[in-house]
Amino acid sequence: MEMLSGAEMVVRSLQDEGIEHIFGYPGGSVLDIYDAIFQSSDIEHFLVRHEQAAVHMADAYSRTTGKVGTVLVTAGPGATNCITGIATAYMDSIPLVVLSGQVPTNWIGDDAFQETDMIGVSRPVVKHSFLCRTAQEIPIAIKKAFYLASTGRPGPVVVDLPKDVQNPLLKFPYEYPESVELRSYSPTLRGHKGQIKRALAALLGAKKPVLYVGGGAVISNASKQVTELAEKLNLPVTNTLMGLGAFSGTHKQNIGMLGMHGTYEANLSMHNADLIFAVGARFDDRVTNNVEKFCPNAKVMHIDIDPTSISKNIHVDLPIVGSVEVVLQQMLDLIAETQASNDGEKIAHWWKQIEEWRAKECLAYQPSNSHIKPQQVIEELYKVTNGDAIIASDVGQHQMFAANYYPFKEPRQWINSGGLGTMGFGLPAAIGCKIARPDKPVCCVTGDGSIQMNIQELSTCMQYNIPIVIVLLNNRSLGMVKQWQKMFYGGRQSHSYMDSVPDFVKLAEAYNHIGIKVDKIEELQPALERAFELKERVVFLDVAIDPEEHVYPMQIKFGSMEDMYLSKTEKTDA
Amino acid sequence: MRSIISVLLENESGALSRVVGLFSQRGYNIESLTVSPTNDKTLSRMTITTEVTDLASLEQMMKQLHKLVDVLRVSELTEGAHVERELMLIKIRTITNEAREEVKRCSDIYRGQIVDITQNLYTIQLSGICSKLDAFISTIEETSEIVEVVRSGVCGIARGEKALRG
Repeated sequence: MEMLSGAEMVVRSLQDEGIEHIFGYPGGSVLDIYDAIFQSSDIEHFLVRHEQAAVHMADAYSRTTGKVGTVLVTAGPGATNCITGIATAYMDSIPLVVLSGQVPTNWIGDDAFQETDMIGVSRPVVKHSFLCRTAQEIPIAIKKAFYLASTGRPGPVVVDLPKDVQNPLLKFPYEYPESVELRSYSPTLRGHKGQIKRALAALLGAKKPVLYVGGGAVISNASKQVTELAEKLNLPVTNTLMGLGAFSGTHKQNIGMLGMHGTYEANLSMHNADLIFAVGARFDDRVTNNVEKFCPNAKVMHIDIDPTSISKNIHVDLPIVGSVEVVLQQMLDLIAETQASNDGEKIAHWWKQIEEWRAKECLAYQPSNSHIKPQQVIEELYKVTNGDAIIASDVGQHQMFAANYYPFKEPRQWINSGGLGTMGFGLPAAIGCKIARPDKPVCCVTGDGSIQMNIQELSTCMQYNIPIVIVLLNNRSLGMVKQWQKMFYGGRQSHSYMDSVPDFVKLAEAYNHIGIKVDKIEELQPALERAFELKERVVFLDVAIDPEEHVYPMQIKFGSMEDMYLSKTEKTDA
Repeated sequence: MRSIISVLLENESGALSRVVGLFSQRGYNIESLTVSPTNDKTLSRMTITTEVTDLASLEQMMKQLHKLVDVLRVSELTEGAHVERELMLIKIRTITNEAREEVKRCSDIYRGQIVDITQNLYTIQLSGICSKLDAFISTIEETSEIVEVVRSGVCGIARGEKALRG
C-alpha cells in the first residue's frame, strides 16, 4: 500500500474525492499541507485576501455547480475568520468542507499560539465536524465530511487538522474509502407513497392552489419537475428569495417572489389560497409575516428533506419527508399513471383573480430626470446580459432590486446570502461563480456598504485574472437600514449615512481593473455594454443612484401576508 | 409539561457537546441530563428531562435531536409506561444521638442506605422518582442540617417490549 504523510493524505484525499478547486490562505498550522499542495499539480488553489472570502467563494462555487466547495485555512484567526462564511452556508444549506489547521495535539487546551477550539466555535453553524487525532483518521474523516456535506439537507462540515498529525516525516499506509456508511445517518429521499397520493388528490381538488418553491428545489436540481408539475396542473408558482430560478422568472405562471419584499400578486395569492404546496421552502419569517395571520384559509402541504423544517413555524397538514426532486418525480409518475387532471375551470377562475392582482403592476416605479433609479439599473443589466448572466448579490436594497427586477430563467443563476443576510458576500461569491463557470458572464450586484466589507478580494481577481463585472448601486448610505429608519424611526438616520465613500473608480484602477463612473441615465446602457464586452477584465461600475429610493412592496410588520406598503404613500387596505 | 427524552448516540468525543449545544442554541431548557456508555461501548445512552410548552415544541425538539449526525434513536418516555429513577447522595450533620436515630429512621422509611458515617456525619444513598427524593430532603431538613446533596438526574427506561437499540 502507498505510504503517505498526514499532509499528503489531505491533498490525495481531496484529489481522490475529485476536487479540482480549493480556496484558502496558508499559515503556520497548515504549512505542511500547503507544501503537499505545492508538489501536486491536480488541485488548483486560489489564494484569497481574507479567509471569510475563501468560504464565500467556495460557497458560491457550490451554489453555481452543485459540487461541494472546499476551503483550507490555518488555525486560530484563519479558522475564526471562516465562521461568518460557514454560518452563511449553513443557513442556506450549501455543501462545504472546511479544512482548518490546529495546534499540535499535545498543545490542545494549553492556549497555544493561534489556538482556537474550532470544533467548539463552529459547532452551532456546521452540519457536523471532525477532529483528526491521528494521520490514519484523515482519509475516512475527509470522505465522511464530503458525504455528510453533500447528502440529505446539505451543509458545511469542518475537519480540524492538528499540525503534528500532518507531519511530513511520518508515513502511513493510505487508502481512500470508496464509500462510507454512518449507522446514525440515513436521510430519507423517497416520499411516502400514501402521502404523495393524498397530496396529489388535494392538489387536484383545490380551487385556489399555490406552488411555493424554495431553495430546496434548486439544491436538489428539481427545476424540471417543478416546471412539469406546474404546467400539468396550471398552478401559479411563487419562488422564495432562495428559490429564484427554480421556476423560470419569465414563465407566465410565475407570480414573482413572495414575502417581505414579494410581489402584490404573490403575497395576495398566498393569503387567499385554499392550498399551499411548499416545495423545499421553510416558512421563514421573511416569508410568512405574522404567523398568527398566515394564510387563514389554506391547507398546507410541505415537501422537505429535513423533518425539522416541517411544522417548525407553520403547522403542516400534509408533510412529505424526502428529496424535492425525487418526491415530485414520484408525483409526476403518479399523475401519468392515473392520467389525473384538475378542474381547469376552477383554476381558470383563480387565474383570473391573480391576473387582476398582477394588473396592479406593483413593481412599477417613477423614473426621474435627475436621478438614476436602482430598478432601471437592474432592468438595463437584464437587457444587456440578455437575462443570461449569473448574478451574485450582496445584501441590502440592491439585493431586493436584483431579486425583483432580474427574472432568473435558470436555477443556480441567482447567488445570494438569503438566510444569514451576509453583507460582504457578493464580491467573493462572484469570484467563486466565475471560477466555476468561466463560460458565463458573472455580475456582482452590490451596494456601497456591502462592497466595502470584502473589497480586498479585488486583489484576488487581479492575481488570477477573474473577469467579473461589478455593478455598484451607490446611494452613499446603508440603504435598507436608512429605509427602515425613514419608515419606522421617525427618519432619524442613525449611522446609516456614509459621507466618506471612496472613489471606487480609482480604487478599481489601483487593482489594475477598469473603473467606470455612471452619473447620468444616458451613460448607463453604454457603460453596461462596455463592461460585458471587456471579457478579459474586471469592470467596476460605480452607479450613482437615487439615494431616496425605497424597496416596495414591503410587508407591514405584524400583519398578514397581504398587508403591504406599495409605495411611500400607498398601502393595502388592511 | 414535563418530558423525559431518551437518546441513543455515538459514544464519541464531541457528541455530548452537540446535544447540550443544541439545547442552548434553540432555547430549550434542560432540567437534568444523564449520560453513560451502554453495554455496547460504542454507544452512549442519554436521558434528558425538560419542560416543554406543548406537544409541537416537544416534537420539534425530538426532530432536532435526531438531526444531529451522532444521534441514532430518540424517544419520549412519559407518553407510555416507563420506569424512572434518580440517585441521590446526601450528607447530613447529626450531632446528638437523637438526631442520628431520627436520620436512621427516616432513611429506613424511605428505603435509603447509610453509605458512610463519621462521628457527626451520615451519608445516605437514596434512589427513586424525583418527588420521593424531594420529600426525603424536606423531612430531614426539619430535624437536621443538610451539608451537601448530589443528585444524578433522571434515568429512564420504557416498560415492556419497547426498547431503544442501535
